[in-house]
Amino acid sequence: MMFGYAGRVLHVDLSNGKTSVEPLNEDYAKKYIGGIGLGIRMWLDHSKPGVDPFSPDNPLLLIIGPISGTMWPTGGNGHAFVSKSPQSYGVGEAKAHGSFGTELKRAGYDVVILKGKAENPVYLWIDDDSVQLMDASQLWGKSPAETEDAIREELGDYYIRVAAIGVAGEKLSRIACIINDKTRAAGRTGLGAVMGSKNLKAIAVRGTRDITVAKPEEFMEYLKEFHERMKGPATQKYRTLGTPENVLVHNSLSCMPTRNYNNSRFEGAEKVSGENLNEKYVAKIIGCSSCAMRCEHMCVVAEGPYEKTMTRMEYETLWAFGPYCGVDRLDAIIKGMELSNYYGIDAISAGVIVGFAMDCYERGILTQAELDGLDAKFGNADAMVKLVEKIGKREGVGELLADGVKVAAEKIGKGSGKLAAHIKGVETTGYDLRALKTAALGFAVSFRGADHNRHGAYAFDVKGKVNRLIAEKGRGKLVRDMEDTYNLIDSFIVCKFSRGTYYKELDDLAKLYRLVTGFEMTPEELKRAGERIQNAARLFNVREGLGRKDDNLPWKVMNEPIPDEGPSKGAFVTQAELDLLLDDYYEARGWSREGVPTEAKLKELGMDDLLGLARKGAEA
Amino acid sequence: MVKIHDRKFVSADPDKCVGCQICEYICSYTKDKAFNPIKSRIRVVRINQLVNMPVTCRLCEDPPCVKACPRDSLTQSEETGTMSVDKDKCNGCGWCIEACDYGAIMLHPEKKVVYVCDLCKDQGEPQCIKWCPEEALDLVTSDVLAQKARLTAVKKLFHEAMKS
Repeated sequence: MMFGYAGRVLHVDLSNGKTSVEPLNEDYAKKYIGGIGLGIRMWLDHSKPGVDPFSPDNPLLLIIGPISGTMWPTGGNGHAFVSKSPQSYGVGEAKAHGSFGTELKRAGYDVVILKGKAENPVYLWIDDDSVQLMDASQLWGKSPAETEDAIREELGDYYIRVAAIGVAGEKLSRIACIINDKTRAAGRTGLGAVMGSKNLKAIAVRGTRDITVAKPEEFMEYLKEFHERMKGPATQKYRTLGTPENVLVHNSLSCMPTRNYNNSRFEGAEKVSGENLNEKYVAKIIGCSSCAMRCEHMCVVAEGPYEKTMTRMEYETLWAFGPYCGVDRLDAIIKGMELSNYYGIDAISAGVIVGFAMDCYERGILTQAELDGLDAKFGNADAMVKLVEKIGKREGVGELLADGVKVAAEKIGKGSGKLAAHIKGVETTGYDLRALKTAALGFAVSFRGADHNRHGAYAFDVKGKVNRLIAEKGRGKLVRDMEDTYNLIDSFIVCKFSRGTYYKELDDLAKLYRLVTGFEMTPEELKRAGERIQNAARLFNVREGLGRKDDNLPWKVMNEPIPDEGPSKGAFVTQAELDLLLDDYYEARGWSREGVPTEAKLKELGMDDLLGLARKGAEA
Repeated sequence: MVKIHDRKFVSADPDKCVGCQICEYICSYTKDKAFNPIKSRIRVVRINQLVNMPVTCRLCEDPPCVKACPRDSLTQSEETGTMSVDKDKCNGCGWCIEACDYGAIMLHPEKKVVYVCDLCKDQGEPQCIKWCPEEALDLVTSDVLAQKARLTAVKKLFHEAMKS
C-alpha cells in the first residue's frame, strides 16, 4: 500500500467509452512528485510530437499531488490539468484549488488521462471504482456553476465535486478555462478548449476512501505547527486585503500596465484599490478545503447597473478589467469577472484582450462598426463588460477576439501585432515588465507563456532586492531557483499563497513529503525534482518546436519606454538586455545557448529516458 | 441529574465559518484515524459562497432520533445529553436518520451502524472546536446562545446611539 499517493492512474478513451486503471509508476512519482511535474512527464509518454492541441490524440491529464486529501493546510485541495496548449502550442498547465482534488484522491486516483473525442457531449462520472460517460446534451450551453448544480441534482448527491467548461470551452475559445467549485478556475493556457475539443463538458467525482498518511502522529504534530504559521505574518496579506493590495503597490512603483501598456500607472488606482474593494464590495472571505487561512474574497455588487453580481476577485483579474482597460469602476470590473466565470474564460486573458481591442480602436485599427457599434475607448466600463460577454459567447466581434490577442492580431493585421501583449501566445499579467527586469526574464522563459506564477521573480524587483531597472548577470540564477521552488509547489500541490509558511522552504517540503508518503526525500533531492520538472517542461516545448526565439517579450515592452513621470520613467527592455538575461539563465540551467537541455544536465538529473528528446532538440 | 440548561453542544457561527471543512477532517481523524469527510460527525454545508455552516448534533431535548429507533439502540445520556448508539442493537435501518431534522446522525459506510457527535468524550473536548482556525465553533448551552443573541440584538439596536 502506498501512502499519500492513491497509486492508480485512470485512463479514459472518450472515443469508445473504454476505461482502464493501471498502477502509478512509483519511480515517476518520486522523481516528478505529482501535479504539473507528474502531468508534464506523463503527457510526453502519451502523445506524439507535433500533435494538434485539438486533436483527439492530444491527451488531457488531470493530476493531483501526494498531499491531496489530507488535512494539510492548503495542500489537501489542489489539482492540475496538463495538456498541449492551444495558445502556446507548448506546455499547457493550470491549477485550481477548492474541494475537487480532495474528492478525486478519495475516489482513488492520482492521475486521470483523457484521450479521444466523444461523438456527442458527455460528462465523466467517477464514483469511486465506477467510471461512466454520461450524456451531457442537457448541460451543453450551461455555465460551469450551472453545470455543477445540474449534475448534483441529476446524480442526487450534494457533495459531488465538479470541474466543468462553459460555453467558451464548447466553442473552442483558446482562452477557455476549466472551473470547479463555482469560482475556482484552472485558468491559463486554454485547457478548457482542449476539454471542449473532446466533447467533454465536465468531470464529476465522488470519493469515499479513507486518506491516511505514513506517519500520522508526526504529521499531526507538524500540522499543528503549520496551523499556527498559517495564522501568522506569512499569510497576512491574503487573509486581509488579499492580492488586490497590489494595485496601490504596483502603481506607486509605476509598474502596473495600464491601457494596454500605453502607461505604467493608473490615475484611477485609488478607485480600484484593494482597500476600496474590501470596504465597498467584499461580503465574505471563504476558504478551500483544509485551508486554515482562507483568501477567497467574495464580492457582491448590491446596486447600480451591475446589481446582483457576485464573484471572487483577485489582483490579476481586477487589474486586467480595470487599469489595463483604463476602467476605474469596481462594479464593472466585478461584472467582467463574473461573466468570465459564467462563460468559462481565463479572466486575465479576457481583460488583456479587451485592452488590446480598445487600443486598436483608439488607433483606428478597429472601427466602431467592427466592434459591433461599441465606443470602445479606454475607460468605457460598459464597453468593457459588453466585450467580455461577446468574447465569452464568441459572438459578433467576440469571434475575432475569443482566441486571444496573438490570433486576433494575425487576423486584423495593420500592425496590430505590436499592440498584442502576449508571450508564446499567452496574454501577459499585471506586472509592467519594462520596469521589472528580473520578472521580464521569468516571464520570457516561463514554459507556459507569459506568467508570474511560474517563478514569482517579480518579488526581487518589487521588494527592492535587486535594481529592477537594470538587466545584469546573476538574474538567471535567481529566476532558476524560484522556478524550481514554484515547480515543487505546483507538484505537491500546495497553494502559492501559503508559500511563506514554509520558513525553511526545501527542508519543510521534504519533511512534509516524508511524513505523508513514507518515502525517503532529502531537501537536496527535492531541489533536483524541482529542476527535473523544469527540464521536462522545457523538453516538452523543445519537442513541440519552441526554443530561444519564443523566449521573448511583448513588442511594447521592448520598444516603447515608459512615458509616465515617476520612478520607472523611460524604462524598457532592449534586445541586448534580453539576450544577456537569456544567456545568463540558460547557463545557470546548464542548457545550450539555444535553450535546449544538455545531455550532461539530463544525466545529472537522472533523466536518461529523455535523452532522445534533448538530442533531437539540439539538432533542430 | 444535570439540568437542561447545563447541557453543552457544538454551535457554529455562520458569519465566521469559511467552509474549509477542517472540522470534518479532524473529526474523522479523531474517530476513524483517517481523513474522510463522510465519516465526520460534523458536516459543512455551503449553500453558496456566502452561506457556509457546519451542522452537528443539537442534543435535542426529547430527541426524535431516540424515539424513532424501533430497536431501542439509541439512548440519551442524562448527564451530557449526547446520544449513544448500542452497536449490537443497531441494524442500520435509518429511521433515526429520517427523524433528525438536522442531518446530524449518519450511517457509517463500513461499520453499518449509525454514528453521531459525542462531544469527543474520550478527548476531553470537541476536536472540531479546538482545530477550527476561524473560531467559528463553540461549546455552548442553549442559555448562553440565547444570551449572546440578546446581547447582539441590543447592541445592534443601540449601535448608532452608542457611537455618538
